[in-house]
Amino acid sequence: MELSTNKEMQVPIEPAEEKAVSPWLEAWRSFRKNKLAVIGTFIVLFFVLLAIFAPYIAPEGINEQKLTTSDRLQAPSSEYWFGTDDFGRDVFSRVVYGSRISLWVGFLAVIGSIVIGCLLGIVAGYYGKWVDSVISRFFDILLAFPSILLAIAIVAVLGPSLRNALIAIAIINIPNFGRLIRSRVLSVKQEEFIMAAKAVGMKNSRILFHHVMPNSIAPIIVQGTLAIATAIIEAAALGFLGLGAEAPNPEWGKMLSDARAFLTQAPWTLFFPGLAIVLTVLGFNLMGDGLRDALDPRMKN
Amino acid sequence: MSEVLLKVDKLKKYFPITGGVLGRKVGEVKAVDDVSFFVNKGETLGLVGESGCGKSTTGRVLMRLLEPTEGTVEFEGQDLTKLKAEDMRRMRKEIQMVFQDPFASLNPRHTVEKILEEPLIVHGVKDKEERKRRVREMLEVVGLNSYHAKRYPHQFSGGQRQRIGIARALMTKPKLIIADEPVSALDVSIQSQVLNLLEDLQKEFQLTYIFIAHDLGVVKHISDRVGVMYLGRLVEITEADKLYEKPLHPYTKALLASIPIPDPDVQQEKELLKGDLPSPANPPLGCAFHTRCSACMEVCKTTRPELVEIEPSHFAACHLYNK
Repeated sequence: MELSTNKEMQVPIEPAEEKAVSPWLEAWRSFRKNKLAVIGTFIVLFFVLLAIFAPYIAPEGINEQKLTTSDRLQAPSSEYWFGTDDFGRDVFSRVVYGSRISLWVGFLAVIGSIVIGCLLGIVAGYYGKWVDSVISRFFDILLAFPSILLAIAIVAVLGPSLRNALIAIAIINIPNFGRLIRSRVLSVKQEEFIMAAKAVGMKNSRILFHHVMPNSIAPIIVQGTLAIATAIIEAAALGFLGLGAEAPNPEWGKMLSDARAFLTQAPWTLFFPGLAIVLTVLGFNLMGDGLRDALDPRMKN
Repeated sequence: MSEVLLKVDKLKKYFPITGGVLGRKVGEVKAVDDVSFFVNKGETLGLVGESGCGKSTTGRVLMRLLEPTEGTVEFEGQDLTKLKAEDMRRMRKEIQMVFQDPFASLNPRHTVEKILEEPLIVHGVKDKEERKRRVREMLEVVGLNSYHAKRYPHQFSGGQRQRIGIARALMTKPKLIIADEPVSALDVSIQSQVLNLLEDLQKEFQLTYIFIAHDLGVVKHISDRVGVMYLGRLVEITEADKLYEKPLHPYTKALLASIPIPDPDVQQEKELLKGDLPSPANPPLGCAFHTRCSACMEVCKTTRPELVEIEPSHFAACHLYNK
């Protein structure tokens, strides 16, 4: 049932070039062209692989103490690539195992804050009114504390351990995600296609999950990647203050604080964990910036 | 007299203006103020007026995308304003909307197929194959190709997108379509194609249209009857021919005079509108148009004229004819 008046409108396009370019695919294409972002991704991938295959890469375990003078505080050599610390432990092995802890804390803390932050943010943004006020004020309260102080306070209450440090980092990041998604939802809600969805007769839940959510997710991915970097730094900071990982665990921040005493004697015990932190954080930041450029709606068209 | 499909009675939509720290109500914008009209089955009612006169708001209130402040909207004898949210949602199967901006009204993350399929999903067409078949049929009906189904909105031109928007409105086989400036975002060359499409679809599916526009030329092309709105009020409503040949209200006259004539030699006696549209938050007393009216009398400044039948089926709200 074709209408004659509209035939001239039909654009003759050969079905051969019919290819659906989804917005995600397009983003991936522009991401691939960004050299720095690709370098960042490789750094991140490198550390992820390091973490997964740590037992095969590290020559020693994390706590193999060798308390003889010939093994303690040794400079980097062919035997100990990154030297040894005051207990005669191989720094290289500890840095490799440390990547497991840092990435684990980074990912889990960020996922935790994304889940809780998004839930609160979506509810606040979509339903508005007093719900929004209550949730937004809760975010304001969280943001009113300097984040690292808040983390320290939370760990102080829960007791120092890696798990509690992770929880603290997740909590201090909640308002960042919550506010971000709230503002996205607020602006997406005004879009005409949301009005159109309502006009078509969709239920609120469908509009929320099929229309609002997919259009709000891009900045969360960007912010999430960048937040992993800060979470790793925060975990290291808590570790450095003795509020994170406990004694034999090779958490990078903890290693830094242990190495402090031997700064002049054995700078390598400080240098390599520090370098590992810098590189991971740099990797995530480069990747996050690249994602932002690729996913930013303003870059389209 | 043909059958009345939609009857709007004393419809009002006031938006509160809040101010101060506590968000107290300090005033209200009378976006739609006491509007009454009816639409017959199978006809096209055009609604025209300047930007901000409340015509789009009227369209949205009719569908209860915005809740009306007062008044009733009777669709096939049923008062839409009294329906529960879930019943209203179901009722939207019968009343659909075409939006102004085809670049904003389609979800950029959905394929055309998904966009067109969703109305069927939410109105209970469970069979996936049937949905897909109907999507492809509808694409052909609105002058696109069925293989366009897998594409995303950004791969189409403005005119094509608006066809998708129209197709979406048609998916549920509605009786009434509210078209909110469906062509004003399009190039002039595309406008007529889309208007022709709308006319053809009307014949094919026995549709009733409420066609909202600010362009009298476009409205003349498509409407059977035309209502003219000014500052939230309906000032004149009648058959399209009558309105264009013998406008009664001074505002309608001024609007008609402002249509450009594509001939540089024609000397027009123009009675052009002076001044700006007054703020709907603080409309003038009496007749809302009296501040810009060339035939303003004393009574216009104090008493608000009612919309009355001045000639058979020709309604106007103006004191000039109330004697």
